[in-house]
Amino acid sequence: MILSRLARRPLLLAAGLVLALALPWMIYPPVALDMACWALFAAALDLLLGFTGLLSFGHAAFWGGSAYAAALIAVHSGLPFPVAALGGAVFAAVLALPIGYLSVRLRGIYFAMVTLAFAQMVYFVVNQWRDLTGGENGLQGVPRELFGLDLSDSFVFYYAALPLLLAGFVAVWRVVRSPFGRVLVSIRDNPARAQALGYPVERYKLLAFVLSAALSGLAGGLFALGHGFASLESVYWTTSGQAVMMVVLGGIGTLWGGVIGAGLVVELNDYLVTVGFDGIGIVTGTIFVIIVLVFRRGIWGTARDLLAARTGRRRPGEPGSGDTQDGAPARTPGVGTPV
Amino acid sequence: MDGPVLRAQGLAKEFRGFRAVDGVDLDVADGSVHALVGPNGAGKTTLFNLLTGFLKPSAGRILLGGRDLTGSRPEQVARLGVARSFQITSLFPQMTPREHLELALAGGTGLTWRFWRSHRLLDRFGDRAMELLDQVGLAGHAGTPAGTLAYGHKRALELALALALDPRVLLLDEPTAGMGAEDVERTVELVRKVRAGRTVVMVEHNMSVVSSLADRVTVLQSGRVLVEGPYAEIRHDPRVISAYLGDADAGH
Repeated sequence: MILSRLARRPLLLAAGLVLALALPWMIYPPVALDMACWALFAAALDLLLGFTGLLSFGHAAFWGGSAYAAALIAVHSGLPFPVAALGGAVFAAVLALPIGYLSVRLRGIYFAMVTLAFAQMVYFVVNQWRDLTGGENGLQGVPRELFGLDLSDSFVFYYAALPLLLAGFVAVWRVVRSPFGRVLVSIRDNPARAQALGYPVERYKLLAFVLSAALSGLAGGLFALGHGFASLESVYWTTSGQAVMMVVLGGIGTLWGGVIGAGLVVELNDYLVTVGFDGIGIVTGTIFVIIVLVFRRGIWGTARDLLAARTGRRRPGEPGSGDTQDGAPARTPGVGTPV
Repeated sequence: MDGPVLRAQGLAKEFRGFRAVDGVDLDVADGSVHALVGPNGAGKTTLFNLLTGFLKPSAGRILLGGRDLTGSRPEQVARLGVARSFQITSLFPQMTPREHLELALAGGTGLTWRFWRSHRLLDRFGDRAMELLDQVGLAGHAGTPAGTLAYGHKRALELALALALDPRVLLLDEPTAGMGAEDVERTVELVRKVRAGRTVVMVEHNMSVVSSLADRVTVLQSGRVLVEGPYAEIRHDPRVISAYLGDADAGH
């Protein structure tokens, strides 16, 4: 089990990296950039949903808030785009601090509703503050350059942004597999017990919220810079909903599931737009319902379970941790055990 | 046994007009094993939740040493040296016992805020974790997800978790609940072993456990203290017999 895991992980990572590098050759480059940004957004959201047990329905505030912040930085200061993107991420983190502080003490649907409400407030402000944000026209003509190099070609921008996006993925992975991540999982599974062990649960949730927002902001900022404009839609609640949908499709608490979900949803949206189909919501909604009904752990989660069941059967009674008399894998694969 | 280490004064908790705990005074002597007994609904678990900060009292005060604990949050109470176990086994199903204990031992070190480090940082608590697991007889199951452990093992892990905090006061909520005779005996032995240097407060229904462990017993009924004293004394108290022990002894 452990050996096969070790053998599998670099292979998967290498495959992912190759795919990330080859993506703009395979599909329309702006769509490739969409996928990569949404993938990071979904992974960052999964940090909260899958590993802390908080369903945020207001992450558009951070994705979109950072989109505007990054665009404004680029427009008004002319700083290189990575600085603008990181500035957007910092803005998202700062924005997340009061929102998180006021909402992490709520649970379940109440947390979702309050984060949604805050995100709608952000949407309202962005919509009303026309002088700064351009209102419903969005913020257009955002420059993309790096040391005099023009990156307005999406193909080029994709490769310029990829290191930042990959760093974002590494950050999510690091947080999940850190001592802090261990506490998050314990809070997700049993908050009262975590408290009894001396952990201030709400402060841990708040830091998780801020980290998730910052990484969502990094993705949103790069998205806006890459397209050359920040749109009002990026702070609208449908953006939050789409990110949640991607995570659920791919598998909550799987980390990489959100990446798959993002790829799928973006590709599907693009296809439906290209063929001129109007009812995108109906199609994505139907697929969403089917996948949730058939694969309850999402695409990645289901695939991993199948794989674990097979390796478990092929190598019964593998000496390892714990009592595996019945040949079951020592660690039940499930939420919170990223491959 | 000096003065009281844990003290409740006029402690009360009201739930929508119902007083689950109604003006309880409790003095737990330093180094003693103090049992809380009483029929179901007497307010024992509510009292526990008040003492550990999981519930805020409607009235009254809680003192640890000279320090006022009233209104403290559960994690603060835990940090100040009052650890509890739960009546209904309360664990992290996907984590192994070893991971549980590493987490318990790491609390308060600040290491768990380091989101930029590998979780292998917690390996430094591995030795102490294994020691504790060994102490409660779980060393052989250190790597099994807690969700799949047998009931007795889960209870043992409960106890190990509370011990990992190295508390001054250990609050055990029905440590032998649902156990077979053999496990009960082991648990009694274990409590006897770990009480050295600490104070133990336990809610317990099993009177033979109470008689063999407790220095003092407080009998609760309807949220009030009915009587308090050494086991040998209170077991003959007619009020106690009619309220509780009468029923329990009838079964023996």
